[in-house]
Parts: sequence; C-alpha cells; structure tokens
Amino acid sequence: MRDGTIVVAGASLAALRGAEALRAGGFAGRLVLVGDEPHLPYDRPPLSKHVLTGEIAPGATTLPGVGALRAEWRLGAPAAGLDRAGRALLLAGGERLPFDRLLIATGARARPWPEAGAAALAGVHTLRGRDDAAALAAGLAARPGRVLILGAGFIGCEVASSIRALGLPVTVVDPAPSPLTAALGQVIGGFVAGRMEAAGIDLRMGAEVAHLEGGDGRVRRARLAGGGTIAADLVVVALGAVRNTEWLAGSGLDADEGGLSCDGACRALDAAGRPDDAVFAAGDVARFPHPVYDNRPVALEHWGNAVAQAAHAARAMLEGPEAAGPYAEMPAFWSSQFGLNIKSLGLTEGADAVAIVQGDPRSARFLAVYGREGRTIAAVAVNAGRWLPAYAGAIREGAPFPPITGGADQPHPDPVPPGLPAQAA
Amino acid sequence: MRVVVDLNRCQAYAQCCYAAPERFVLRGDEILVYDPAPPEAERAAIDRAVLACPVRAIRVEHEPRERAA
Repeated sequence: MRDGTIVVAGASLAALRGAEALRAGGFAGRLVLVGDEPHLPYDRPPLSKHVLTGEIAPGATTLPGVGALRAEWRLGAPAAGLDRAGRALLLAGGERLPFDRLLIATGARARPWPEAGAAALAGVHTLRGRDDAAALAAGLAARPGRVLILGAGFIGCEVASSIRALGLPVTVVDPAPSPLTAALGQVIGGFVAGRMEAAGIDLRMGAEVAHLEGGDGRVRRARLAGGGTIAADLVVVALGAVRNTEWLAGSGLDADEGGLSCDGACRALDAAGRPDDAVFAAGDVARFPHPVYDNRPVALEHWGNAVAQAAHAARAMLEGPEAAGPYAEMPAFWSSQFGLNIKSLGLTEGADAVAIVQGDPRSARFLAVYGREGRTIAAVAVNAGRWLPAYAGAIREGAPFPPITGGADQPHPDPVPPGLPAQAA
Repeated sequence: MRVVVDLNRCQAYAQCCYAAPERFVLRGDEILVYDPAPPEAERAAIDRAVLACPVRAIRVEHEPRERAA
C-alpha cells in the first residue's frame, strides 16, 4: 500500500515514530494524526526528572521528526469511537475520519486516586503529560512543607528523587515490601530503598494510604490504613497507568484497561481473536504476544517499545503481515533516580531467582540476571549500562541460568529468590 | 532545534559532553542530562555531538517546517 489514507489515533511517541516509518516506507498518501492533548508529540521521560528539578522547561521536549512528516494534525481532539465496518475514526468533536488503515496508539493515562473528591483537591497531582508536569512543578515552586508520594514504582521513585533534589521533605508510601518490587523484585528494590533513605526520603514500605483528607479545598494529610496520619501539602499519586481503550467500546475489538489485543503483526484482534487487516496498534496501548516469552500477551510502557513496535506496525500496514513477521523486539527500559542509572533487558515477570553476576551492590555498580526454571529471562544493570547489551543474546535464547559462578568479578553470584510478586494464576 | 537521545542505546561514552558541553552533561557515573531544545546558534556543536556519539543515540531536527493545523 502506497496511497490512500492512514489515520493514527494518538499523537505521542508511538504515533510519531509510526507515522515517520510509514513515510520512510514509501507511503505517499494522506496521513492524519489525532491527539487528545493540544500538543505536538513530545518526549515524556524528562517530565519526572529534569522538568521537575527546573532544569528543562515542561514545553521544551517536543520530539524531532514532527517537521518533516507531511501530516495533517487533529490536536485536542480525542478519538471517541471506531466504526470498523465503515472504516472511520470518530472524533469527540464530531468529525468522522475515513481510513484505509488505522494505527491505534492512544497510550495510557495515570491511574487516578480512587476517591474522586479527594483526587480533585488542590495539591493532589498525577504525572503523565506535559501539563501535569507543569502543574506539579508550579506546586513545588510554592515550597510545600512536605510532599507525599503514593506509589514506589518507577514514576514514584523518579519523582521522589527529583523533589528531594529540590531540598523538599519527601515521604513515599507503598504497600509493597520494597520500591520497584513489581518490576525488579525485592533484591534490587531493597538496594534502591537504601539509596532512597540515604538521600533523606521518609520511606514507608508495607504501608497503605486509605484516605486523603483536605481542608479549604486543599489536601492536608493522608490517613493510613493501619492507623495514623501523614501531614502533606502536596501529594503525587503514582499508582501506575490505565490504557486508553474506553473509546473502543462497541467496536468489537478485544480491549480493556490492560490494553488492546493485537497479533505479532500489530493487527488488532476482535473478541473472537480474529485480526482486523485494517486496524493496527502500537505502543503502551498494544497488548501483543511476545515470542521470547512463549507468546505471553504483554503490554509494555517502554519508550523503546513505542518506537520499535510502531515501526513494525508501519511495515505490516504497507507490506502486509507476512512480510513484517512477528514483532519480537527485546523489551528494554531505563530509569534514573538517586544517582543510579537503572537499565533493563527482557521481562523479569515470573522470575524464580536472581543472581548478581558482575560488580557489587556495595560499589553501586552491578548487573543482575533473572532466571526462571533454569533459563535466563532478564538482566538489570545498575550504573553498569555498558555491560547490559551483552546479555541480550542469552535472554533471547533462554540460555541456562544461573550463568557460570566463581568468576573473579562475582562477589555474590549465587542465585537467590528475586522477591517478585506472585504471578496471577 | 529539537534533540532527543535514545537512552536505551546511550552507554555514557560522554562524547556528546565534549562536543557540546553546554547542552550535554553526565550526572553521577552515567546519567545523561541534555537540553532537548538548544538554540539554533549552537547547531554546529550539536551536529558534532550527533557525529561523535559512538552508539548513534542522538537525533536532532533543525528548523521545524510544519506547525500544528
């Protein structure tokens, strides 16, 4: 396919890189990008880091690639419905956009605090978009007496690091036993906890906030499920993300808050599991079978996945699903916090052991390999990014785990339980 | 000017920090901080940084030609 109309639902990283890949692949037809935010595609990773510390302006991260795209933009116009039989995307403003192919890249949004009234109190923030970051930065500029962060996942920890760097008192509360438990397990999470406490974070693991309470329309304190309160003038709710799929209700596609199901060629699947040859998905919203992990359906909130999967979808749209083959990009992400550069390859989910195979946590420079049933499934580097790419092959092949022990640079090579959450049955 | 660095790819070789020290810095051992919107006047330095990166992680776009409709 070289002509016709391709509509992209979404205007963030996956949407932009998908659109670029369509042009690079020779698509010369009409290209329309539809975004719920009023902004051109921008980069999100700095929003939880240097935007909060004031080093980068919230509006400065517009992505390269926008200028040369030869696209039409519908910004501030959320996708509101999909007419699959009529091959048209419906926008909230009433516009009907007919397409020959549709790329769905509507991403995800921050999970809000569950008490709607409390979530609307002044001083309660979530962080996903540029406007969220600007609002949070403005709240921080008022020098709140204490900042409370709900959730010790990557966003919660990065935000804690940035706000602590401003010299503000920060409390982090999470029911999990350690920070980053869901992604990295308690072994690495426990190491990060030590860094957080050394930086002066009041870290309350194993604790849960039951209610946020306000006064005069402003948040004042959090009430803990186990009793007691934490006074706070500013609260950041960092409880993960919800995929933006509600607008697909009634389309017949298999979509829920965990994502839109698609096949290895990024074609959206209907409720019966049949691919729609005209509708594709990429980025945070796409739940796809990963061939490295027994084709388990996964939806990855990773920058690199948005780029690679969008390019894969573009190829499948232009050349057909057989030419594209199954999408098999190695999952990878990074996080920087508390002076640590954390980089990961593969998926740790389901790991039954972890071994620190290079370096030493005491030097804050090490690499851990995760295993499952005797096979290598993931690797995580802490301040050791150059060591990480070497492990991609072992993960892809499911090389025997643990790797050799007794090497000169292995203070703690023996595998231990990783302390990851139990998998759902 | 618009700049983005693929930080999966970046391995902190710091060549960009030498090429354009006003716009790229390393924090700690290997956390790269960069200006995503440097002034057009620094085009030559930014282009040197792009060329110097051994893992080809830096992407730049000069003078956007298109605006939102």
